[in-house]
Amino acid sequence: MDAALSRREFWMLSVAGALGFFGLWWAIALSGLVQAQFLPTPLAVFDKFVELTRQPFVGYTLQQHLLSSFGRFGAGFALAAAIGIPLGLMMGWYRWLDDIVTPLFAALRFVAPIAWVPFAALWFGTGIGGPVLIIFSGAFPPCLINAYRGARFVETRYIEAAQTLGAPNWRVICEVLLPASVPSIVAGLRISAGLGWQSLIGAELIVASSGIGYLMVKGQSNISTSIVMAGMIAIGIVGFTVDVLLRRVEAGINRRRGR
Amino acid sequence: MPSISARRGAAVGVAAVVAVCVAWYVLTTLTGTIGGGRFPAPLETWQAARQIAVQGYADARLHEHVLHSCKLVLLGFAAAVAVGVPLGLLMGWSRRAEALLNPAFLLLRPIPPLAWIPLAIVWLGLGDAAKVLIIWLAAFVPSVINSYAGVRAIDPTLLEAARTLGIKRSMLVREILLPGAAPMIFTGLRLSLQACWTTLVAGELIGAIAGLGHVLYQSSLDIFPAMILVGMIAVAITGGLMTKGLEWVENRAMPWRRA
Repeated sequence: MDAALSRREFWMLSVAGALGFFGLWWAIALSGLVQAQFLPTPLAVFDKFVELTRQPFVGYTLQQHLLSSFGRFGAGFALAAAIGIPLGLMMGWYRWLDDIVTPLFAALRFVAPIAWVPFAALWFGTGIGGPVLIIFSGAFPPCLINAYRGARFVETRYIEAAQTLGAPNWRVICEVLLPASVPSIVAGLRISAGLGWQSLIGAELIVASSGIGYLMVKGQSNISTSIVMAGMIAIGIVGFTVDVLLRRVEAGINRRRGR
Repeated sequence: MPSISARRGAAVGVAAVVAVCVAWYVLTTLTGTIGGGRFPAPLETWQAARQIAVQGYADARLHEHVLHSCKLVLLGFAAAVAVGVPLGLLMGWSRRAEALLNPAFLLLRPIPPLAWIPLAIVWLGLGDAAKVLIIWLAAFVPSVINSYAGVRAIDPTLLEAARTLGIKRSMLVREILLPGAAPMIFTGLRLSLQACWTTLVAGELIGAIAGLGHVLYQSSLDIFPAMILVGMIAVAITGGLMTKGLEWVENRAMPWRRA
């Protein structure tokens, strides 16, 4: 490997890289090789982004679309966590439940979340249920797997100590397995938030009548590249922010536990 | 010889799968609790599977749809690996290249592959080219990032030893960088192949003329639940087989890691 760069050289190259990226984009857009309708300049995309936050497009402003996406995301994610985490912990404790659920879960996991779209449309129409089902199927596996792993790797002596003191099963689960699995569960929640957010975008591209994915599809059918790109930027920013927040939570929890 | 508890576990697992199948038959066919408009009965599913396999559905027979989807995934995936892995190795090796190229990746990484679909359709239409582009995008970023991280994970002693012995550039890449980074590269490839498959199915659901996603779309339009289920099963099996295929390649490519 090369020697580490000086701070100055690193920043100069990074800035050059970023400028090169936007410069190339700008140059291609202005060169006339591609029509402006298909490749707007970065400035035009930024203008469109600002415009979308003020003027409604397909019924709502950008913030309102994001809000409705976020509502669905929250519902699907919360459902996945509320079912996945307790089920995972119980599977880590009750052997028979593990034996029953594992093969069913393994079979279902191979179905890509997006493949649920036709049934989601059939069962829920364009209502909120469809996207929630799809987000759920994307976000559920990491919740379950990480809670299960957390519960399986709890040190036996804690469990034995609790049992010796006469703790019933449910207290072992709530007071020994759950707290010991928190780091693993939080790591799982972060993965499932990422997968859930992606699944939501996929779902909204197909079954929805509001939301950020819907905005992009409408931009696509109007052949307005700047709207599509503004949507991509909004998705990127939200996804990035959620990930950073959950990483913070994760680091905070690990620090409190002295890791 | 498996232990008694492992064998008991397998038996419980088989029993659970059988119980679900029996419940499926009873609820749809005998009692009719679940209406045929919501979820198909086993017999209908079998007939739909025969129909698509023998006569064809959505303009082609099952194996033609599967082959079409697989062809697109492999094409986009191979192109992404061919560009992404060398680029990642370069970024891992040279701090200058890293500083220059990283900003573009930081900007593109938070945008999920599914969010590229509307843009790909605006640019390239509903044909195969748009699908290959989004698959390429879904696999490109992970292959760059993982090869890059893989090079950084190589033991520096190895690199120094090679340099002291006056290794040539070509040999360094072949003998040290590639094998050293291979475990992480393959981990990245496995994840990105699954992402490619999901992305392709989503892309085909939104607009396509052939492929498994198109089968799902058509059956959803026709309100044909049995065919939706057949499509989902086909998506799951094909995706699973692809992952298994890559694992086989992985074991072949890294014989020293085989357990």
